[in-house]
Amino acid sequence: MLKARCGVLGLLMLLCASTANAVLNIEIIGAGEQQIPVSIVPFGGDEKLGLAIGEVVSGDLQRSGLFRLVDPLGKSPHAPAEVNYADWQVRGTEALAIGTVGAQANGRVEARFRLLDVVKKVELIGQAVSANDGQVRAVGHRIADLIYEKLTGNKGVFGTRIAYVNRQGRQFSLIVADSDGYNEQVVLSQHEPIMSPAWSPDGSHLAYVSFETGHAAVFVQSLYTNQRKVLADFRGSNSAPAWSPDGKQLAVVLTRDGSSKIYLMRPDGSDLHRVSNGSGIDTEPNFSPDGQALLFTSDRGGSAQIYWMPVEGGAAQRMTFGGGTSYSPRYSPDGKSFVFTHLSGGKFYISTQDFQTGQMEMLSEGGWEKKPTFAPNGKLILFASEARGRGILATVSSDGRVKQHMFTQSGDAREPVWGPAQ
Amino acid sequence: MKKIVISIVLLNLLAACASQKPQETAATPASSPVAAAPAVAMASSAQTYDDALNDPQSILAKRSVYYPFDVSEVQDADKPVVQAHGAYLSKNPARTVRLEGNCDERGSNEYNLALGQRRADGVKKMLELGGAKSAQLDSVSYGEEKPVGSTHDEASWAKNRRTDINYAK
Repeated sequence: MLKARCGVLGLLMLLCASTANAVLNIEIIGAGEQQIPVSIVPFGGDEKLGLAIGEVVSGDLQRSGLFRLVDPLGKSPHAPAEVNYADWQVRGTEALAIGTVGAQANGRVEARFRLLDVVKKVELIGQAVSANDGQVRAVGHRIADLIYEKLTGNKGVFGTRIAYVNRQGRQFSLIVADSDGYNEQVVLSQHEPIMSPAWSPDGSHLAYVSFETGHAAVFVQSLYTNQRKVLADFRGSNSAPAWSPDGKQLAVVLTRDGSSKIYLMRPDGSDLHRVSNGSGIDTEPNFSPDGQALLFTSDRGGSAQIYWMPVEGGAAQRMTFGGGTSYSPRYSPDGKSFVFTHLSGGKFYISTQDFQTGQMEMLSEGGWEKKPTFAPNGKLILFASEARGRGILATVSSDGRVKQHMFTQSGDAREPVWGPAQ
Repeated sequence: MKKIVISIVLLNLLAACASQKPQETAATPASSPVAAAPAVAMASSAQTYDDALNDPQSILAKRSVYYPFDVSEVQDADKPVVQAHGAYLSKNPARTVRLEGNCDERGSNEYNLALGQRRADGVKKMLELGGAKSAQLDSVSYGEEKPVGSTHDEASWAKNRRTDINYAK
């Protein structure tokens, strides 16, 4: 478990951060068109661990919106020989997950699990999954990923993490948590705003904007050691950090030359050079998956729209048209589309646009929705929204069907960003 | 008596500015580039300017300029305010200000940070044209991060679309 250290920076005292087990309260408000019926039998062996794993797996699959959980109703096979397929066919289950789990003295959790096809009566997966330090939730997430991949054909993201900012009154906290809200880790907590967290591609660092020195400056912090350093603190505003896919560069937005322009630099701060020009606002750079291009927001055409340009600058191409304004572009992991925020008629819509067809699709109903970010499998989009008068996080599947609201225990959640694949 | 009072006032000014960036100090009003009148007259106008900053009836009491949606140019209604502050700063080179640009929530947080910076920079430029030295001026942006109104309507939005002129104490 990581414990943050107290630190003093300038005249400001950073509050001691501590790990907390606070949970994001997740509500599902939309499901997939077809849901695969599955039953998860709590694993045998260590009863407590077995129940815990069963809960994590069931929760993950249910929240994906693509599965319908069928209650085992008292049946508890732990090995294939104990399975009577007729029992499960009668319940309408199509896939059955069973297994055993145990823990060693050193905290190592080991589970052996099988996924069985109830209709064809064959074993689909037979695998051992383990984790150190009593990380039973990690074991559960890995099993859920395996089931998800086998039955949908797509990679699961149950073992990934998210980062977001929580604001309560004057207190701003940068939080890292599992994608289901567990295992919250407070990365930074202070009385000045925090914005725009960005994960390094290997998940080891977060870059972010902090106002602790009196203006927007970019910091980079290790999630293992909590060591942080200033990346950009020039005059005016320093913001919008984005990592290149190979982790060797960051794009940032600086106003040091008189207006908001995009610059590239190495993580150690060297090789700083400007890649966008003109007198307008260029901001929110986002690297393509191959690192060769940037999407960004610019008002060079008279209103905020999404533009594309080669990573080292050059002729920029406008991507969004029609009425309204557009912001916060992010490439899909497969590079074929991008997600962004579209403001039209006074409402924000989370939207995607396909590069090839240019076709735009609005995935949300419209409201106070901002800062969309793709899950690493490209199937889910996480964004900031509002419900019941509070700032919340929300997810929508890339086809628009599956929706969730995620409430923090207190305060307003904002600025979410999905972490890399584990 | 008047001269002693003025000296005390000057000393207070120096004490207040001691922690700021290096400035011209000492007998500032007397060596002000605007000085065209004899010393006694300069001394009394220095007294007036200093009072003016604290005078709630003075135009200098206005410390915020406001904007329409997505606009960063200083509006005609606010130009006299900015000009007055520019003139004041020109005659009081020891004074420093921080210009803080803000926006309403319509737009992304990063775009609004940039727009707020453009607003603050615009006021800075106008102050420089009015005679303030760039060393007296600092411009930053809070974007939409420090709103004074938090409702989703024009009543709050109008209050948030502003640049604050913040004098160092």
